[in-house]
Amino acid sequence: MKKLRKGIIPLLFLLPALVLLGSLALYPVVESVRMSFMEWDGFKELRFVGIKNYIKIFKSKDFFNPKGILNLSSPPYGALIHSLIWLAIFLPLITILGLTFSVLLRNVKGKSVIKSFIFIGMVVPMIVCGVVIRFMYDETAGIINAFFRLIGLGNFAKTWTAYPDTALLALILGSVWVWTGFSMIIYAAGLDLVSEELYDAAEIDGASPWKIFWRITVPILKPCTVFIIIMGLIAALRIFDMVYVTTYGGPGSASMVLGLLIYIKTFVSIPSDLGSATAISTFLLFIALVTSIFLIRQVKE
Amino acid sequence: MKKPRFSAYIIAWLIGVIWILPFMGLFAASIRPYEEVVYGWWRLDKLSITLKSYLEALDHPTSPMSKAVFNSVIISIPTTILVVTAASLAAYALAMYKFGFKNLLLFVIIFILAVPVTSIIPPLFFQMHRLRLINTRAGLILVNATWGLPWSILFFKNFFLSIPKNFVESGRIDGASDFAIYGLIILPIAKSALISVAVLEFVWTWNSFLFPLILLHNSDLWTVTQCIPVIKGVFHIDWSLVSAAALIAMIFPLIIFIFLQKYYLKGIMVGAIKG
Repeated sequence: MKKLRKGIIPLLFLLPALVLLGSLALYPVVESVRMSFMEWDGFKELRFVGIKNYIKIFKSKDFFNPKGILNLSSPPYGALIHSLIWLAIFLPLITILGLTFSVLLRNVKGKSVIKSFIFIGMVVPMIVCGVVIRFMYDETAGIINAFFRLIGLGNFAKTWTAYPDTALLALILGSVWVWTGFSMIIYAAGLDLVSEELYDAAEIDGASPWKIFWRITVPILKPCTVFIIIMGLIAALRIFDMVYVTTYGGPGSASMVLGLLIYIKTFVSIPSDLGSATAISTFLLFIALVTSIFLIRQVKE
Repeated sequence: MKKPRFSAYIIAWLIGVIWILPFMGLFAASIRPYEEVVYGWWRLDKLSITLKSYLEALDHPTSPMSKAVFNSVIISIPTTILVVTAASLAAYALAMYKFGFKNLLLFVIIFILAVPVTSIIPPLFFQMHRLRLINTRAGLILVNATWGLPWSILFFKNFFLSIPKNFVESGRIDGASDFAIYGLIILPIAKSALISVAVLEFVWTWNSFLFPLILLHNSDLWTVTQCIPVIKGVFHIDWSLVSAAALIAMIFPLIIFIFLQKYYLKGIMVGAIKG
């Protein structure tokens, strides 16, 4: 009897979290996968159709349109390729900028104020960041075009988010502006753990600052880098608010991303295309599963 | 410690100013009339300061920010309380007991942490519809809290593991029940962790947009983030009005960050270093 009671106690502690996670997180995840193998008539489920929805999304231009990128014409290339481009630019930039800024700010007076300035984008709603990004790129009211005019490149001035050839890139750079604060804070925390003596010793040995950076700083901060890449990957695949409020995926799907495409196929398309929406969802869930395996390794270390 | 060169100061401050400049623009636009902002908030040849945009945003005809602030507050507070309670209880079990499905549970928690919420919106919408929780604050609170749990549980678990075991043992010897040890011994020690989770959870709930967007269709219930795209509109953007609305939407998270920065950053960093 006592043993039974002992077994029940951890369950009691876990109960509220288990009920919530089971019903409102795990259930919809499983349901998303199941729904992706069904044929739909608007909101009505008809029958099991195997991988038909997956074939359908790869044939649909708003998800996957490699022709555009192969011809080097401007976007849309489809949400999948846009999200991949997003990752390819976003991840290296936030890592490099975060690392550079954290090293640069290490001993600077007033560094906490500067860090807060860079971090603010991570604190306020992403929807507000979207508004700010759209505002920066505005043709007449935006500061970026004012800068171009100042340096004599006035004929480049335009609303960057309003044209298919620049909308996606403009938003990606906007997201870099927001997320650099995150990577900088992580790297700065990592740097605080490195003892000052290590650097002094390297300096006495006559190592150049460049060599110290590559041989000491970068290897020591490797766990931070791995963490930033994993979290950055999750964040980039989650992007929704920012695109929703700036371009709504436009113009003409030129800045469409996976998250927004799922939303549009579910709630905006008439009739609703739940087969495609859940097939894309399942694709994202698969990436999340792979990511979480890496994340677990990181936790164990 | 080596003193940085003067040029390093200049570059560091320049970067800081470049990064904050867009937000300064937002603030400047919110206190100047649209006719001036449209040609650049940085231009000072004609300068008038007005709170007109704030009053308009607070009293907006289709999405009044005054109501939205109220809605966001009464959604974020219960969500925060729910997450802190459920997550600290679960983390206590994960940190202090051995049980069969512990590794599986940890895997599920980390998996949910990595799931982009956009990928569950179709089934979640139907599920909430069947439960009659669409257009209810309770529905949004439950969903927001659920998706805040994984990170909070991991954070609490790491913190509880760092508490010396003899605190728990001494409680056991005194004959305290498991829940008494959790509530009377562990929680008081974990005060800073509780604040960290509460601060981050409040801000994250306040900032969330996708869940309110799909769950609250009745404009009387809209949160601050939901109002921003509506106030922005599609074709003609009144930058003064949008900026004022955005400032109202961000003021709570900003104040919390300024005053509780230590707890906020600790939450993010401990999560980072220990996963």
